[in-house]
Formats: sequence, C-alpha cells, structure tokens
Amino acid sequence: MSTGQSPKEIGEISFGLMDPEEYREMSATKIITADTYDDDGFPIDMGLMDPRLGVIDPGLECKTCGKHSGSCNGHFGHIELAAPVIHVGFTKLIRRLLRGTCRNCSRLLLTEDEREKYRTKLDRTRELGNDVNDVTKAAIREARKKDRCPYCGEVQYDINHEKPTTYYEVQQVLTSEYSEQIAAAMQGKSPDGDDEEGREPMAPQELAEATDIDLSRINDIMSGEFRPRESDRKAIEKALDLDLTEEDMNKLMPSDIRDWFEDIPDEDVGVLGINPERSRPEWMILTVLPVPPVTARPSITLDNGQRSEDDLTHKLVDIIRINQRFMENREAGAPQLIIEDLWELLQYHVTTFMDNEISGTPPARHRSGRPLKTLSQRLKGKEGRFRGSLSGKRVNFSARTVISPDPTLSLNEVGVPERVAREMTQTMNVTERNTDEARRYVANGPGGHPGANYVKRPDGRRLKVTEKNCEELATKVEAGWEVNRHMVDGDIIIFNRQPSLHRMSIMAHEVVVMPYKTFRLNTTVCPPYNADFDGDEMNMHALQNEEARAEARVLMRVQEQILSPRFGENIIGAIQDHISGTYLLTHENPRFNETQALDLLRATRIDELPEPSGEEEGEPYWTGRDIFSELLPDDLDLEFTGTVGDDVIIEDGQLVEGTVAEDEVGGFGGEVVDTITKVYGNTRSRIFINEVAALAMRSIMHFGFSIGIDDETVPKEAQDRIDDAIDNAYDRVEELIDTYQSGDLESLPGRTVDETLEMKIMQTLGKARDSAGDIAEDHFDDDNPAVVMADSGARGSMLNLTQMAGCVGQQAVRGERINRGYEDRTLSHYKPNDLSAEAHGFVEHSYTGGLDPREFFFHAMGGREGLVDTAVRTSKSGYLQRRLINALSELETQYDGTVRDTSDTVVQFEFGEDGTSPVKVSSSEDGDIDVEHIADRVLDEEFGSDERKQEFLGKKRPPTNLSEHVDARQVRGDD
Amino acid sequence: MTRSDVSEDIEAVVEDTDLPRRLKDEVYSTVAGRDGVTAEQADQIARAVENEYLDTRVDPLDPVGTVSAQSIGEPGTQMTMNTFHYAGVAEIDVTQGLPRLIELVDARKTPDTPMMTVHLEEEYATDRERAHEVVWQIEATKILALGDISTNVADMVVSIDLNEDTLEERMITPDEIAEIIEDELGVKTNQQGALVEFGPEQPSYRELLQLVEQLRDIVFKGIEDVTRVVIRKEQLDEGEEFVLYTEGSAFGDVIEIEGVDASRTTSNNIHEINKNLGIEAARESIIEETMNTLEEQGLGDVNIRHLMLVADIMTNQGTIESIGRHGISGSKDSVLARAAFEVTVNHLLDAAIHGEVDDLNGVTENVIVGKPIKLGTGDVDLRMGSSSGGDAEPEASD
Repeated sequence: MSTGQSPKEIGEISFGLMDPEEYREMSATKIITADTYDDDGFPIDMGLMDPRLGVIDPGLECKTCGKHSGSCNGHFGHIELAAPVIHVGFTKLIRRLLRGTCRNCSRLLLTEDEREKYRTKLDRTRELGNDVNDVTKAAIREARKKDRCPYCGEVQYDINHEKPTTYYEVQQVLTSEYSEQIAAAMQGKSPDGDDEEGREPMAPQELAEATDIDLSRINDIMSGEFRPRESDRKAIEKALDLDLTEEDMNKLMPSDIRDWFEDIPDEDVGVLGINPERSRPEWMILTVLPVPPVTARPSITLDNGQRSEDDLTHKLVDIIRINQRFMENREAGAPQLIIEDLWELLQYHVTTFMDNEISGTPPARHRSGRPLKTLSQRLKGKEGRFRGSLSGKRVNFSARTVISPDPTLSLNEVGVPERVAREMTQTMNVTERNTDEARRYVANGPGGHPGANYVKRPDGRRLKVTEKNCEELATKVEAGWEVNRHMVDGDIIIFNRQPSLHRMSIMAHEVVVMPYKTFRLNTTVCPPYNADFDGDEMNMHALQNEEARAEARVLMRVQEQILSPRFGENIIGAIQDHISGTYLLTHENPRFNETQALDLLRATRIDELPEPSGEEEGEPYWTGRDIFSELLPDDLDLEFTGTVGDDVIIEDGQLVEGTVAEDEVGGFGGEVVDTITKVYGNTRSRIFINEVAALAMRSIMHFGFSIGIDDETVPKEAQDRIDDAIDNAYDRVEELIDTYQSGDLESLPGRTVDETLEMKIMQTLGKARDSAGDIAEDHFDDDNPAVVMADSGARGSMLNLTQMAGCVGQQAVRGERINRGYEDRTLSHYKPNDLSAEAHGFVEHSYTGGLDPREFFFHAMGGREGLVDTAVRTSKSGYLQRRLINALSELETQYDGTVRDTSDTVVQFEFGEDGTSPVKVSSSEDGDIDVEHIADRVLDEEFGSDERKQEFLGKKRPPTNLSEHVDARQVRGDD
Repeated sequence: MTRSDVSEDIEAVVEDTDLPRRLKDEVYSTVAGRDGVTAEQADQIARAVENEYLDTRVDPLDPVGTVSAQSIGEPGTQMTMNTFHYAGVAEIDVTQGLPRLIELVDARKTPDTPMMTVHLEEEYATDRERAHEVVWQIEATKILALGDISTNVADMVVSIDLNEDTLEERMITPDEIAEIIEDELGVKTNQQGALVEFGPEQPSYRELLQLVEQLRDIVFKGIEDVTRVVIRKEQLDEGEEFVLYTEGSAFGDVIEIEGVDASRTTSNNIHEINKNLGIEAARESIIEETMNTLEEQGLGDVNIRHLMLVADIMTNQGTIESIGRHGISGSKDSVLARAAFEVTVNHLLDAAIHGEVDDLNGVTENVIVGKPIKLGTGDVDLRMGSSSGGDAEPEASD
C-alpha cells in the first residue's frame, strides 16, 4: 500500500506480436550464461539472475531503475537464439500461411478479385462481431486449391505438418528406380510386378514416337544416365501408363519459414485477418527470446540456505545450455545431422518454455518427476493468473472464523471477536469536533479495545501506535490527522459465506464487539447465507472508505435483503424453534396470566400489556394470539389459508383466528413477514422478525420442548398392526410375483412385463409404508414434539416420523429397487432370481425399532447414492452458475427502462416485458395493484398519522434507516 | 367505465400521473364506481396508485443480469441429478432436473429425450377413432407391428405374414407394403393377399439375413424420428380432448399433418421450433421449457422474468446461442473477458494475431485491470451538492 501511486488509468489494452527488435530494445541485458549465482552467492553478470533484471532480495538496489525490491517491477532480458525456432502457440496459423502463400514470391495464392472478396467479407464479419476465423479459413481453403501461383507462376506443393513444430513440403519427384520401371513397362510387365495382365510390349522406337523424345535420349534415360525432365517424365508416364514419381518430404527449417513469411506483403496478410501493423507473420518464428524478469520467477531460499529456483528459471537454463552448444557446434563445423538434432532440441526447450502440455510432446520434468509449470500453465485454469490472481484478488482488512448463534443480536448485527475488531481498523479523519475521541482511541494503544493501530500525520508520515508511545502520541493528535482506530459497535462491515450463490450470500452487518473467538449471528439470517453452526466459517470485510460504507448501509444491510429477487418474497423469517414457538403460542390459543404474559414479551419493545383478553376466576388473562398481535403493526389486515390448513385472519393488527407457523412468519414466503416488508418497509419488517424470534424463544421456553426416543415409539398393539400391514403387503407382492411367473401379468402400455412387475411391487410396498405411517401417526398425540414440528413446518415431515416409528420402507438406487450385487441376486443370503420384497431392499423395520444387518446394508446403498448425487450435483450446478453469470453479468437496466449490456446492445426493451422488479412482486401472485383498496384507504382516511399519509401518497419518502441505533426514534413514530 | 364517466378535473389529475393506460383506466372505473369523489380525493388516489406502481418498477442501473443468473443458478443446487422421470405421462421418459436445465442453456442440437405434445383440431380431438388416424400418421410403423416375419432358408425367401386387422387399422394395404419394400431394398417382391415374400437375387445366406435386418428398419408409415405416440384424454379449459405425446421429435413434419392443431403443438427441441416457427417462438419455448423443468422440481417459485432474460440473451443475435464458451461467453468483445472464462491461452494468442484492442467496457475486464465496473453504483458519479439547497442535502447526478 504505497502512497502516491500513479494516477494513470488504463484506457485500453491492445494485443499484438512483438518485433524481435523491440525485444532487444527493451531488454535490460543479454543473457549468455546458464549459471545463476557464483560461489559467494552473488548473481552472475549476464546470467539468469543478473541484477539488471530486477531485485527480489530486500535491501538490494535494482541496477536498471535503482528502486528496491517491492517497488521495482523487474526488467526483461533477452537471449539471442542460435537459430530461429517456431512459437508453439502459432503452429496452426503457420501451417495455414504456408499452405496459402506462394513458396517463391510469398504472395497469397488468390487472384486480386478473390482477395478483394475475402477482404470485404472479413470487414463485414468484424462489423457483425462474428468469428473472423471462419472467413480466413475459407480464404486459405480457396488459396490451397491453386496449383500455381497466380502472380509468379510457381508450382505449389502441399505442406505436411507433423505436430507440434515440424513442417514438410511434399514434392512429387522422379523415383530413383525410374529406369528399371520404364524398362519393365516396355517389356509389357505391369508396374506392380503383377504378371496377370500383361500388356503390349513397346519398343524404344515406339516410345520415342509416342513421347516426342529423341531415341538416343530415350536410351540414355533407360540406361539411367539421364534423368528425364518433368515434361519428358509426364510424356513417358502418359505413354506407358506409369507413375514414375514418389513423394519427397522436404523439411522446412524455421529459418526457411521465416524467410518465406518475411516476403508476404502487408495487404495479403490483412486478408488473413492478421493485423500487419501489430503482428508480422515472421514474428511467429522467434529469433530472440525474451527472458522474464526475476520478479516473475523468484528463487526461494530454503531453511538450509540452499536456493531453489523457479520452474521458469530451470527451463531458461536448459534453453541457454542448448543454445550455447548449438553455437559452439556450428562454429566448429559440426555435421548437418548434429546441427539438426540440436536445433530440434532447442525447439523442444523453447516449446516447453511456453507450453508444457502440448500433446505428442513429452512434458519437461523437474528432477523429482513433476512436470514443470511453464508460461501457459501459469495463465490457465482456476488457479491460473486470469481466474486465480486477476479476477479474484486477495484483500486486506478481512477476517475469517467459525460462526455461532446469538439470539440476542438483531438480524442486522454481527458479533465480532475483540481480537478481530482490534485488527480491522477504520480510518478516522480527526477534526476539531472529534479530537478528544480520537485521542482516547490512540491513548488506549493497539492492545486495549477501542484503541488505534496507526496514526497518520498531515505530512503523510504514518506512525505505528505501540503500547509505549500511545500516551505520548495521543497528546499530539490534532485536527488533520488520521487515526486508524479499532472497530467499535455500530461500524458497518461486509459478511459473506461461500459458496456465494446469490446476492444474499454477501450482506452488510453492524458490528457488536464481543468476547471469545467466533462470529455471532442471529439465527434468522441463516437461510440467506445457507449457514448452520456445525463448524461453518464465514468471512468478514471491513470497509475502508466512506463511499463503500454508505453503499453497504443503504444497499447491502441485511434488512435491505429481506426480500429475495428469486421469488419476490421474504427469504428471512422465523426458522425452526421460532416456528415451533409461535405454533405453541397460537395454535390452541393458550391463556397466560400477567406475569407470564410480561415474561413472554420481555425481549420485545412492548413494555405495557394490552387490555386483558378476558378474566378467569377473577384473574385477568391474555391469550397467545393477543400477545402475538402486539408485535403486528396496528393497521395490518390480512386473510389467508395458513400452514395448518385453517384460515388466518388478522384485522387491524389483531390476530383474530389462526395458527402462526411457517407459512405465516417463516422464511421463504411467510405471508405476514412478506406483507409487512412490502407495505410497512424493511425497517418495520426487521423489527417484526427480531421480535417474533424473541417472543417465540420465550414462548418455547415457557412450554418446554424436547424430543426423545420415547416420542417415536409406538405401543405394542400399534406395532402389531404395522406388522400386519407389512405382512399383508408381502402377500400381495407374492401374488404379483406368482402371476408374473405364470405369465398372466398384463403389461402397462409402453412397458415390458418386467418393468410392470417392478412398478407394481414398488407401488404395493410404498402403500405398505404409508399405511404403517398412518397407523403410527394415529398413536401420536397432537402435542407430540415431532408432530408439532412437522405440523408447524419447523423441521421434519410426517414421512420422517413414519420412518422413525413405522417402517423405513423401500430403498432405491437409480429410482428402482436394489438390483445389484451378485449374479441374479443382491446378496448371497437369497436364492437367485428371488423377486421378493426383502431380497430387493425393503426395510420393514423402523429406525427406532432398529434395522437388521441386511436391511442396514441396503439402506447404506441407498444412502451412498444420495451422497454421490450431491457431490456430482454441486460441481455440475456450480459450472452452470458460472456460465450463466458470465453470460449475463454485463446486463443492466438503463434509465430508459431497457436492459443493455456494457457495449449498449439492447437485450430487452423493458425488463421482463413489463419493467416490474422481481424483488417487489411475488412470482406466485399476479402482484397487481389493488386500486379498490387504495381508494378505500384514501376515502376513509385510514392513516395512523399525517406522515404515513404523505408516504402513502408518495409525497414523502420514508426515512432511510441507516443504523440500528436510529430505531428508538423510528419505532416511537410507528405505533 | 372509462374517462367519459368522470369529470374533466378528475381526468386531468389522473392523466397527470406516470401510470400506464391500464392502471389509469382502472382508477377511472374505481372513481366512477363510487359516489362523490372529489377531484382532490381522485388526485390522492391516483397519486397513491402511482406511488405503489413506481415502487414496483426495476431501478435504473440495476444489475438484472447477475440477479437473474443467480436466481436460476442457485436453485440448481437443489435439483436432482436423476435423469429419467415422468412428465405427466407415465409412459414417456423425459430428461428432467439439472441435466435438462444444462441441456437447455447449452442449446444442444437435439435434446437427450426429444418429445412433442401434439394437440389436435377440434373434430379430431374429441373422437378417439379420428385421433388415432393422426397417431398412425405420426408414429413410425415398422414391419414388426404389421405382421410376422419368417425366413425360409431352404427357398431363400423372407416371408411376411401381414396382420390384416392391423393393416386396416393403420390404413395401409399389402400392395403398398410390397411397393415400399421394393423401393427400399431393391428386391422383387411376391405379394399374395396378406402374404409378402421376397429374397436375394443370388441365393446367399448372408444376404438373406441382411435383408431381414434392413426390413426391420423400414418405416412404412409415419415419421421416422417418432418412435412412439401415446394418446391421452385430457381435461383442458375448452373441455375434454385427446392429446398426443410422442417419443422423438419431428416438429416440422408433424405440424403439416392434417388434423394436427399447429398452433398448440409443441416440441421440446428448441432448434426445431426455431427452424419452423422462428426465433420469437424459440425464445418462448426456452422460457416455457426452463420454467417446466424448474416446476417439476418444485422450484416453480422462480420469477419468470429471470428466465425471460436468459432466453432473450440466448436469442439476441437472431439465432440460438448457447450460454458458455461456444456461445455468448465466447463471442464477447473483450479479449480479457474471454481469456478469463475458458481456454485462456488460445484467446490471447488469437488476439495477438488479429491485433485486437480491449476497450475495457465490460465487467470482467475492469475487475482484471482494477477499475470500478460500470454497473450499478459503479455506473454513476457523485457530486457534492451545490449551494442551491439550504439544508446541504447532497445531490446525486449521473
């Protein structure tokens, strides 16, 4: 975090190939020795660690720019390659160019007209933003068809490409056995030596006549003394119906290719989609290799003082060694074969320096056998430069620790351990008005809690606050200074849990500094984060400028995210025990005396009880519903069918009828929470959710709520009935199997008999489990805690209860009964081809009763499938989400209501066809505006206060709530 | 019930609001439906409606793309991987859940399990017999459905004993069958009544067996791609009618068949829809198919506007583009954005050759170079309030 960083802004980035001259110019030094350090540990001059390439050791000075490590970015060097080598990344393009240009004059093998045609086509495709490669490929294809160059008339040959970097020119040349073949043909033998079809022998005289060649010349040719010219050869071939050629593979050395490409004119290059101003084709053949600065390949000093070099350095060492040997050998006049071998070796090393994962090339390996990570590998993939370092960055002022619940916090808050608060500082600009406050922070030092870690003087010097100097420093602090104070209650931070699947995975919270080492959250914010407390960790980011803090407060705070844009209803609401609590409180509408009622409401802002609901034996009492109603806004009217199936009616903020459970106050669309959020605003909704949670906790503690084995055991007689039901089902399965075996089973349309049998058995057994469940259910009271949880929607379902008390039921793998294992049977305990229920994974026992070993095994099979499924699913859906985000991330609504991407292409003229925000309107309802209701309110003047009326008419915006601590005023105005 | 029913004053105040026509009319009818609404009250009603209306509009500069992507991607984690399940019709297996969703955004040329829902025109839809007529036009009829084949090795002939009832039902005659066999296999047939016989020209056992194999693959009637048709009576808004469900899809062929109500018939192959009905229909069908997939998994609460946005970006170019490296992400203008998505190195090398320039307009590029992105709050600049207002309220401008 150095100060005074360049104020320059990147306007655009252009890409291109580099001219070798440019390499030489920007190079800090030429590298000639493969050694890195001398015996004293100093870098060798003109070696790979030359100090002119930049510094990595602290304290040293860069010889090129004079800066120290950290501020010097490093400088490139260069290696003069003994011979040109091909750049692996461009092998395909090189092949295309070789095929499409003339081997003599290097011009593109297209006539002027064709060239123009492709040029206009290319411009058009560019305009349309389509793939340019399609056009250039077509151009090359057309050029390849030419046998001769339309400009110089040179005959063109085919180019063979041997991966990765060898090119051959395929020429048709006269075979060495031409004389023998001609002689044989003239004697009437067929060319293959196949004697079956003899043909007319031909005298030399006749041949001479047929081909228009001198007889003497023919004789010379036949004796092998004269090689026929091409035209002669063709004539002889025609006369004798012979093929005298053979393919000759003429290897094109990189230097040849470079010479070839140098002559391609700029206009021709342009037709192939190459921008000649930035990238000349010959630059694809390297003559100079840039050496990355040492900062890009730092060496590490191990504990024992040994230096360990970076993979890139290793590769460069190889290149320099071979380069050296090449030059020496060439100067010594070594045979061509050796030179070629060395050339190939140099090519290999340069190739793997750029990309070490080329197919067909063995990857260069480290001494330990690990493949080296070279340039391409550094860029590629999830941990590569692009996705790992550029798109995702590491940040300061962040903390991560385990989370744990704290129901006393508001959902907007987060408990932050003191240790984290001491580290994550906030910058405080000292003014006349807060000098005392700032001094207090500094005086506390870095160790005391609301202390400070650094101060910055107006002259820009940063001073560390220590235990020793804090008192003294505090007196010096004045207006104009900056103090990096510790985080205190009320500061805003960003809180996040991965995977961040939707925007509610990152929300802003207000800090409450707390002892111990975990982050504390209100349990109601678990659903948006998808968090639980079985060891989950979360990340926190302290914000570092006022703009960020303001945005976080206004847009990102938990209360601003109560409504989910996915389905347009609240995602935050009461969960689990809260729901059991409100259910117990309202379902049978129990009565409470004054003490009890006050106790229930003690954690809310209600400090006065309403009128008693009634009197019993002279004592006033309050009903559960009346107590719950205290939390509702005074003018709330609502009527809907609730969780338990009965109507929930709220009139004037009074719960008249109905049970409050999941569909009323729960997350994911709890009707009451949803309505309050939409009608009364986020602040009111936050207060409501907090209070419902508090009341519910009090209520569940009042009634007491626990669950044990006994709650899921059924009496003997019920167990007998269950056993009967299962036996019954077994009998029916037997019957089915019998009909199947006698061939009487009728197949369902579109199914085979086997499939029909399986389906019917599954059905029968499914019914058996259900009836077992029904029997078990009959024996549970309505106040059974498992039933309460299932009915209220707090947790679990009737099916869970069935499995615990009645019968676990059929285990399935791939949606079928278990059919795998041994040949024709699932386990060796059964006879082959046993179709019965128990042999295919029907678990007749309940979880409380206990599974027998075979059942347990089948159960584990089903369970395993579930685990595999989840594992596969997370990776697949993760990729799907990444692709979706990447494709849609640039879309944004504009002031004119259109949806456009960042290059201003209109994607929708109005978002979602009607411009309605998905946050504000539930996807399940039509969300139409109720004009009648509005008219009623206006005409009847049903407003609590004039302020609310102004808000209702849109003349006044409701106040922006910026902090929890503003609530006191906020709430008083509310009811 | 419209403007004419209210006084001019009321009309003036209502027309003054930013409400769409539909809501204005609703305000008129509400006001007209009550007695003695003053212009002032009408104004208040209109203002309140306008307030509520404006509250439900998307905010300008809302990054709706990311929100939509998240809203579809997030429930993906809750979907099942189980490929086969039944969509309404128990007889036909259809790919469901996450694999189907992936298939849709991938814009695969053919879905894993192509399927059509064929609605019939009125006179066919109510009559089972007539509905069946259409079925035979669609379902590919192979020889096994028409009769029994036996190979007589001694005489080197294949003989087909046609089932006359089936023939009559499927409206095809033995003559026609013989003719089709002659055309397809290039052999002479000998047809007598319901018996068709033929054999290889030269007696060859191998050829005989080959002929039988080929015979089994011949489609005598119907559309080759449609292997099975299921007919179901369904309760629709307009009453009971027969609906056909097909395994295999040949949308273009089916809508040509007489009796098929082309306006209601659909296929789950979006490319076929695009080819036959155009890009708008394809867009509609992408929305429909994704919504059905989500609904089947109990995730029908996803707002349809998110799916619309996905469908719109997929069809924005006038053709169906997939979401991913071969489609939208691969055709972005920015080199850096493409390189950061997939196949990093190739994009950089190509960019060098073409001498591309990255203007740094998009999101990913700006993250890479470390500039604020041009979305949401990054798309506006703040200016401190001028001295105009006395109460120093900062003024926002873009």
